[in-house]
Amino acid sequence: MSINPPSNRLWWKEPIHGIELAWIIIAFLWGVFMFFFMIAWHFIGDQNLSTETYRVNPDKFVEQVEEFANEYQVLDASGAPMDIAGTLLVRPPVGGDVYILGRLWEWWPALELKKDQSYRFHLSSADWQHGFSLQPVNINISVHPGYEHILTLTPTQTGDFGIVCNEFCGIGHHTMTGIIRVVE
Amino acid sequence: MTTIDHGTVGYTGPQVRYRTCPFTGRRIERSAELLIRANAVAAVVFLAVGGFFGLMVALTRWPAVQLLPAEWFYLVLTGHGANVLLFWIIFFEIAVLYFASAVILGSRLATPRFAWLAFVLMIAGAVMANYAVLKGDSTVMFTSYPPMMAEHWFYLSLIVFAVGALIGVFVFFGTLVVAKDEQTYDGSVPLVTFGAITAAIIAVFTLAAGAIILIPTWLWSLGFISSIDTLMYKLVWWGMGHSSQQINVAAHISIWYAIAAMVVGAKPLSEKVSRFAFLMYILFLQLASAHHMLAEPGMSSSWKIINTSYMMYLAVMASMIHGLTVPGAIEAAQRRNGFTRGMFEWLTKAPWGNPAFSGMFMSLVMFGFIGGITGVILGTEQLNVLMHNTIYVPGHFHGTVVAGTTLAFMAMTYIVVPLIFQRDIIWPKLAKLQPYLFGIGAGGISLFMMGAGTLGVPRRHWDISLTDAAIPYEFAPGAYLMMGLNGMAAILAATGGLLFVVLIVASVLAGPKLDGPGAKLAFPLHDGGAQAVSEYGSEPHFKLPGTIMLVSIFFFTFVLYYFVNWKYLSDLWLFN
Ligand code: HEM
Ligand SMILES: [Cu+2]
Ligand SMILES: [Cu+2]
Repeated sequence: MSINPPSNRLWWKEPIHGIELAWIIIAFLWGVFMFFFMIAWHFIGDQNLSTETYRVNPDKFVEQVEEFANEYQVLDASGAPMDIAGTLLVRPPVGGDVYILGRLWEWWPALELKKDQSYRFHLSSADWQHGFSLQPVNINISVHPGYEHILTLTPTQTGDFGIVCNEFCGIGHHTMTGIIRVVE
Repeated sequence: MTTIDHGTVGYTGPQVRYRTCPFTGRRIERSAELLIRANAVAAVVFLAVGGFFGLMVALTRWPAVQLLPAEWFYLVLTGHGANVLLFWIIFFEIAVLYFASAVILGSRLATPRFAWLAFVLMIAGAVMANYAVLKGDSTVMFTSYPPMMAEHWFYLSLIVFAVGALIGVFVFFGTLVVAKDEQTYDGSVPLVTFGAITAAIIAVFTLAAGAIILIPTWLWSLGFISSIDTLMYKLVWWGMGHSSQQINVAAHISIWYAIAAMVVGAKPLSEKVSRFAFLMYILFLQLASAHHMLAEPGMSSSWKIINTSYMMYLAVMASMIHGLTVPGAIEAAQRRNGFTRGMFEWLTKAPWGNPAFSGMFMSLVMFGFIGGITGVILGTEQLNVLMHNTIYVPGHFHGTVVAGTTLAFMAMTYIVVPLIFQRDIIWPKLAKLQPYLFGIGAGGISLFMMGAGTLGVPRRHWDISLTDAAIPYEFAPGAYLMMGLNGMAAILAATGGLLFVVLIVASVLAGPKLDGPGAKLAFPLHDGGAQAVSEYGSEPHFKLPGTIMLVSIFFFTFVLYYFVNWKYLSDLWLFN
């Protein structure tokens, strides 16, 4: 009984039963497989979260994002800056650097990207932690103030994609959104 | 049989009183009994509070209902996490530790005064935390990630609670020493006690990590420290937050073995394998916090891979071993009990009307299939990005800590009340029903939250219709359906939870007394209570076709679901 001392005082000398042994071997091999599959995906897969990260002063990062937005903002025929639902629209050059700022409570600015082109994304926060959640693609990345996270992202679909926040960031958390528009 | 002996063996201090349990023949010491009672009652009270909060949260997340206003939602969610995950679970675990040492070994409890001190500190911490949260300036979620800051009382309350719990753990270790010294048992400690020892060792690591992170955070909230690094905080905080889940696992698996022993007379298939599996939890959990860092900047891939797989997934392997040996022990015992026909007579003729057994078996199945498999998926380096911080994550851990741990603890309570409170379960018909209500509800909330999470629904979020957001986004209609079904399952789970609390409180206060001669249990234990069915632990062969079938289904499901997720991942935008 599991609630009594082992009836055989030398329990560690009992042989292991075949059923148990077989299951232990299966479980072990499966674990080894899963371990190596993670490593293998770095070679065979196209979805491996970049680990390139720099410490950054949040105010400095905000300045960089504003500079980036100024430079590549989209102007309409009359020369006025365009927006999506009031958020400045920015069209960065293909292959170039792209900044997204998380702050209370928006993802800024709105971006227009080209399908199948890769961009170097810079992600960080001006204030609290936020959760970058690209929908309906479902790519979810944590964003920390003071850390600039850099990843290369290649959109493979066209359309309007939402960014919601999935790290609790105070009372306006559920109003924090952003947008990435992908065109041909 | 029911006489009370005064300090018979060994230590003969004035206050040490033992009685002999008429149902199990065990010696039960008075202060151990009182402390188990006190901790179990506190646990149930905090479950009631936290479960109520859980229902409020679920009804708010049901888009068609959206019960609470936003401020209240986040406040109540903070309270839900703290009350159920910390207070209900840890109070109950302290009761389990005292049970697994003093009661199972037939010993007195070491230093009952310190055990009472532990209890008082834990109560003080828990009450203070609730006060801080309800006051409204500590709505930071129970994880309290900086730089968002709670009121300093909030951090202090958790520190006080943790110190209390740590003292309780040391009382447990002390009791082991006393039992050994006074030779209250013969040979090695029973398997259940061994499992409790692993839980307690992990608890020491865990509480140490908690102190390392909460004390500076508290000082920061008081203004003595200027800033807390957000990444470092997460890493160390989860050293407590995740490792404590390993305490839960070790505790509820010990309970599976204990209930299987007491209700059907099960005996471990082999002591060596089961103990080795418990030991693996201690050896391979140190950096379990890593799988909370997979979607964070700044950690290297090799660090993530090594630490999330706990080196080759050896802790997962340990759980898979228990997943075979627990049903295997039950099958072997039931076959000895005469249920030998076909593959599954042992299971179909099992005591499904006994809430201890039904709760335990559902806990076993749901912990494995819902909590376990999804945990491995979430903890895989690349796959994590698919559902990090979506409501899939609460879905996963309601499979582990609600359908698994909580249900197992409830099942155990149906044994603790008659044996320790000496009161029988009042209203057995309702008690029969309770594990099914709660179990199905808990399984439901887990699955529906995971369903919503795969559709991108964020966790800790008041309004997925995003009405007040500048830039609109529409979640798929399926997401709304899932959150609605989640609300309905939550009502079922809450009904089961309420029924549990009412049944236990009523039984403790007014259940039929069991200390008279000839008393009978509404849910009888296995014949003779303490007698093993017979030998099979060391027999050369036994047949377990039913268990082999169950673990094969499990393994097939696991492998299939694992690859389905890689397929999803490969369809995402490309990133590296
Ligand atoms: C009636 C039973 C319960 C219901 C209906 C319920 C429901 C929920 C819901 C809907 C959430 C919110 C998910 C979100 O918005 O992010 C949640 C969060 C949570 N639940 Fe439960 N729950 C129940 C019982 C429990 C129990 C017994 C435990 C622990 C033993 C537990 C632990 C948690 C934790 C730790 C969180 C996360 C809080 C956070 O994100 O800060 N729940 N629960
Ligand atoms: Cu945010
Ligand atoms: Cu947020």
